[in-house]
Amino acid sequence: MILSTRDLTVAFGPVRAVDGVDLDLGAGEILALVGESGCGKTTLARTLLGLEKPTAGTVSFEGRPLDYKRLKGYRRQVQLVLQDPLGALNPRHTVYDAVAEGLRIHRVPGDEQELVAQALSRAGLRPPERFFLRYPHELSGGQRQRVVIAGALVLEPRVLIADEPVSSLDASVRGEILSLLLRLRDELSLTVLVVTHDLGLAWNIADRVAVMYLGRIVECGPAADVLQSPEHPYTQALLSVVPDVGHTEQIVLSGEPPDPARIPSGCRFHPRCPVVMAECATTMLAVLSPDAGHHVACLRHR
Amino acid sequence: MSLLEFRDVTVDYASAEGPIPAVRGVTLLVERGEVLGIAGESGCGKSTLAATVLRLLPENAAIGGEMLLDDVDVLTMKWGKLRSVRWAEAAIVFQGALHALNPVQSIGDQIAEPIRLHKTAKDVDARVAQLLMQVGLPASRAKSYPHQLSGGQRQRVMIAMALACSPDLIVADEPTTALDVMVQAQVLDLLTGLVRDLGMGMVLISHDLGVLGTTCDRIAVMYAGQVVETGAALEIFDHPKHPYTKALAGAFPRVGDPAARYAPVGLPGDPPYPGDIPAGCAFHPRCPIAVDECTSASVALVDGVRCIRVGA
Repeated sequence: MILSTRDLTVAFGPVRAVDGVDLDLGAGEILALVGESGCGKTTLARTLLGLEKPTAGTVSFEGRPLDYKRLKGYRRQVQLVLQDPLGALNPRHTVYDAVAEGLRIHRVPGDEQELVAQALSRAGLRPPERFFLRYPHELSGGQRQRVVIAGALVLEPRVLIADEPVSSLDASVRGEILSLLLRLRDELSLTVLVVTHDLGLAWNIADRVAVMYLGRIVECGPAADVLQSPEHPYTQALLSVVPDVGHTEQIVLSGEPPDPARIPSGCRFHPRCPVVMAECATTMLAVLSPDAGHHVACLRHR
Repeated sequence: MSLLEFRDVTVDYASAEGPIPAVRGVTLLVERGEVLGIAGESGCGKSTLAATVLRLLPENAAIGGEMLLDDVDVLTMKWGKLRSVRWAEAAIVFQGALHALNPVQSIGDQIAEPIRLHKTAKDVDARVAQLLMQVGLPASRAKSYPHQLSGGQRQRVMIAMALACSPDLIVADEPTTALDVMVQAQVLDLLTGLVRDLGMGMVLISHDLGVLGTTCDRIAVMYAGQVVETGAALEIFDHPKHPYTKALAGAFPRVGDPAARYAPVGLPGDPPYPGDIPAGCAFHPRCPIAVDECTSASVALVDGVRCIRVGA
């Protein structure tokens, strides 16, 4: 395993944003972490990057738990791609400087110009020299996101963590960026964790899908299984409201995800669950196994 | 008589580089009880078109053509008449409810404002309570401030404001863009239910063809300021004809569609800058089926499609 978590908990005071997560990311795997806003998916991603320290549990890279006193080497291996490239790029840095910054911070040996050119060209900005002296405002949204991806690639990381990588991009451009992620996985056997609320995106590129609800993974497994035969009532509801004309009945859950400072007892989904039973309010559910099988945290699924 | 009729509407923004055409001749109809969807990407002119309905554009915008609301041209209306039409006959729900609401005024006061201005109800508090209930919020929420509400609840408040003076027409500009899928489904259900129950007309603007396909009766797809395809919503969603509509439909794949698995659909290049629109068919530089003729001949909308390669 490249990256794994065991019993991971991240709390901010009374708020348990991540509340017991076991996750394994294999080499060259694309995993989509899906859920609604506030479910803890971004906190989980930040903790994987070493930007948050776990309150309990561990994050391990290549089998070794992270040493929070010495993260610099790890940060080179696990790179982040953010949602909004305009916000992620410094408006007064040229494309060249934006991509070279990581090389300078990590004092990477070699010909800087050549490494920057190679990263830009891998990210699909060709010929790279034409982009060196451009500023973010001179680029289109899709090109900006490619610059952000080039900035991550230049350090030759093993893992890319992409938080909603296409949600701020135009519809016709998103496919191109998603194709790029697929190609990078094939060419560089990069491991990619995509954090998203977009199930269509998961269907487009993910090998595996993990569905998160209130800090826990409630269903995970191969993308085709989870998305085509969802077992958890929450996954079923999420899939039923994806805008699509050929739909069967929509399951529109009332209300919004409850407060992570007051996680319900028993199954955390039971107050909103359309098929809830009496025992759901009291029976604790185990943390799902991180292996590649299809797993569901639901009492009805036994 | 249609509720709303765009007749060859054009909008040019004045700039130092000369006029920039944002909308280049749009003709569309909206009937009562009908939802018209306008699809397109940023810069295609869809939000400019929405703002044109109530002449909410900045001063550097020059509008041409006619915009008939109940057979009266909004574009030539005097200011006093226009003010009475805004909210009362046609209202807009903007995207980004957090920015559109006043943070230091209770939501009850904000919903009451158009009612007081237009004097459409005697008992304002009762009307506010009724509106909140109509959009699925408890009447006691009137005392809340925007920051105390979730994103979905704020968008419901925006819809309650738009309904305040019982308009005949609602223009909703990306009303669900910042929302989660579950909340999006709730808001779309609410909007379409209102159109059905109150017999209003609605213009729904979105970049997501899936959202429009499930909620609208008809769809118009815009590219570079023009309508490139228009027709029944299901027809456009299931059998898009224009190559741009096809790409847009492919961008939001159906979960379970084997053709989309490991095969995201995109278009090379980017939408054109409105100040620099390609000659001939504006879409030709990105079009997978373009021929030489596409680079020079201007293309008319024939049978709902603006493409010389379709049906030829």
